Amino acid sequence: MPARNNTAALPVAAGGGGLRLRQPLRRLFLKSAGDAQSESGLKRAHFQEWRLPFWLLAPQLFILLLFFFIPSIRALIQAFQLTDPFGATTQWVGFQNFERLFRSSVYWSSAQVTLIFTIAQNVLTLSIALLLAFASNHILRGRGAYRTVLLLPYAVAPAIAGIMLAFLFNPRVGPVAHMLQGLGLDWDPNRNSWHALSLIVMAASWKHICYNYIFLVAALLSVPQSILESAYLDGAGPVQRFLRISLPMITPTLFFLIVINFVYGLFETFAIVDATTRGGPAGATSILVYKVYQDGFVTLDLGSSAAQSVVLMALALLLTFAQFRFVERRVNYSV
Amino acid sequence: MNEHTPILDAVCHFILLVGAALVCLPIYFVFVTGSLSQPEIMRVPMSWLPGNQFLVNMQTVLSSADFGRLLLNSFIIATGITVGKLAVSVIAAFAVTYFRFPFRMTAFWLIFMSLMLPIEVRIVPTYESAANVALPLNILGSWLGIQALVDLDWNLVNTYSGLILPLIASATATFLFRQFFLTIPEELCEAARIDGASPWQFFRLILLPLSRSNIVALAIILFLMGWNQYLWPLLLTTEPAMANAVIGLKKLMPQSDSLPTWHLLMNAAFLTMLPPTLVILILQRWFVKGLVDSGK
Repeated sequence: MPARNNTAALPVAAGGGGLRLRQPLRRLFLKSAGDAQSESGLKRAHFQEWRLPFWLLAPQLFILLLFFFIPSIRALIQAFQLTDPFGATTQWVGFQNFERLFRSSVYWSSAQVTLIFTIAQNVLTLSIALLLAFASNHILRGRGAYRTVLLLPYAVAPAIAGIMLAFLFNPRVGPVAHMLQGLGLDWDPNRNSWHALSLIVMAASWKHICYNYIFLVAALLSVPQSILESAYLDGAGPVQRFLRISLPMITPTLFFLIVINFVYGLFETFAIVDATTRGGPAGATSILVYKVYQDGFVTLDLGSSAAQSVVLMALALLLTFAQFRFVERRVNYSV
Repeated sequence: MNEHTPILDAVCHFILLVGAALVCLPIYFVFVTGSLSQPEIMRVPMSWLPGNQFLVNMQTVLSSADFGRLLLNSFIIATGITVGKLAVSVIAAFAVTYFRFPFRMTAFWLIFMSLMLPIEVRIVPTYESAANVALPLNILGSWLGIQALVDLDWNLVNTYSGLILPLIASATATFLFRQFFLTIPEELCEAARIDGASPWQFFRLILLPLSRSNIVALAIILFLMGWNQYLWPLLLTTEPAMANAVIGLKKLMPQSDSLPTWHLLMNAAFLTMLPPTLVILILQRWFVKGLVDSGK
């Protein structure tokens, strides 16, 4: 997964996550472990120095300060301010931006579009990836070749995936659109909002199935052979073994992928929308993150854009926490 | 288990073939369309076989749309992000795992927090920070009443550093290296210290060589991510010559009233996705490792 993009996709806090005991308490509890690490995430053999680590951390923290902490805090502040489009005057307005936002029907319809889009994208991506993962887990020959081909979309930028499908489904020149028209469907994503929405769902899924697929294949491989063999001896066929044993055992991976797919659908599909439908027709594909961009950079309604940012931040935080919960379960499940 | 399931085998191959076709057909059509001429793409139904105009179209794309420059920009940005992220992450991970110093956990949690808010949710203020890096000094200056600080201005719009720097900080990569360092045997560091190695020598001579496979795997993922950047270059470039290739494609999108130049757009799209595709095909083993590592 794109590592930044994977931002929220990183449940590795391992040693750092979870409950942290205060130092004296930790000593008390961990004493029995003898030489166990006295501080979480610190090597037992370590260096006692503070100047060098300071310089080692400085670049990372400095960039974070400039481009993460200050902007995030300013987004929070701006959400409670009203600034005119030319930036001349700023006044403190409390929760007015939010009130205005939640009363705006355009915002709610954008939220609705986002909900439909992310759920449709999630279901489509995960079910196709599961089908492919089951199939490639079952066959013996040609696994590697299929995997190579199925991974290709990872190399393709979301924007290109969008442009590609926009071409294939273009009512004037697209071969697929011609087929649909041949079937008697009056296909036109430039005018029909459902057609436009299904176009970006397809583009988003096309790009993301490979990511789900590779994780599912890895998860299926880690299902203990002994359990599968005993099921086989009891007379369970391949499909039954998949549905009754493998699938329940990989539910943690499924949860993880569902959260990742939501993160992807909410934030990373910006490029697909911007490169193909630009939110149209008539706001039918204007997902929340696209609306933040439009209000912030096109219509210059900064207060509203900042309030929308805060709402999205809350969503991102929620998903991150969801991810951590599922990851804990994932750790418990693994054999 | 030695089962004989010919029907299911056939069904599975069929599913995988359909999947592979769904992946390949759009890419194939990009290539086909990129190799046709203007009249040929307007023909209904369009040809399913490639034409002979690929190089001609490519030349048009490279010269008229200045696409060569955009591809070069993509390469510079992707390389810059990859090298920068790896460098700041590996040293930060070294600092938090191998040193005991005040505020160690604070530093760790500060980096950790950046996982939670992707750039998409804070685009306006992040843009403002890049449009004037001296912004925090301006604010400080206006509090303290120092006019010299208020007037500072350092604009990163339309510069490579503006396109690269904000994307360099990475909790993902830092955690990956941290996790890896925690699995390295304690004896190595003890032995190095007994032999009188300084922390920096230990890092350079022992830790870095051990991390090589992780670095390669992560570098591939980061390069692909950097190459496919969209939102940040879109915001930060007003000059067409400073955009990356993906943004350049958007400008080639046919507008409704002009003669549609899909063949040029598809040719350019093919050129843009060729480098990352080759990376995946050639370095597949590393790529899968990087993908799974950075996801878990």
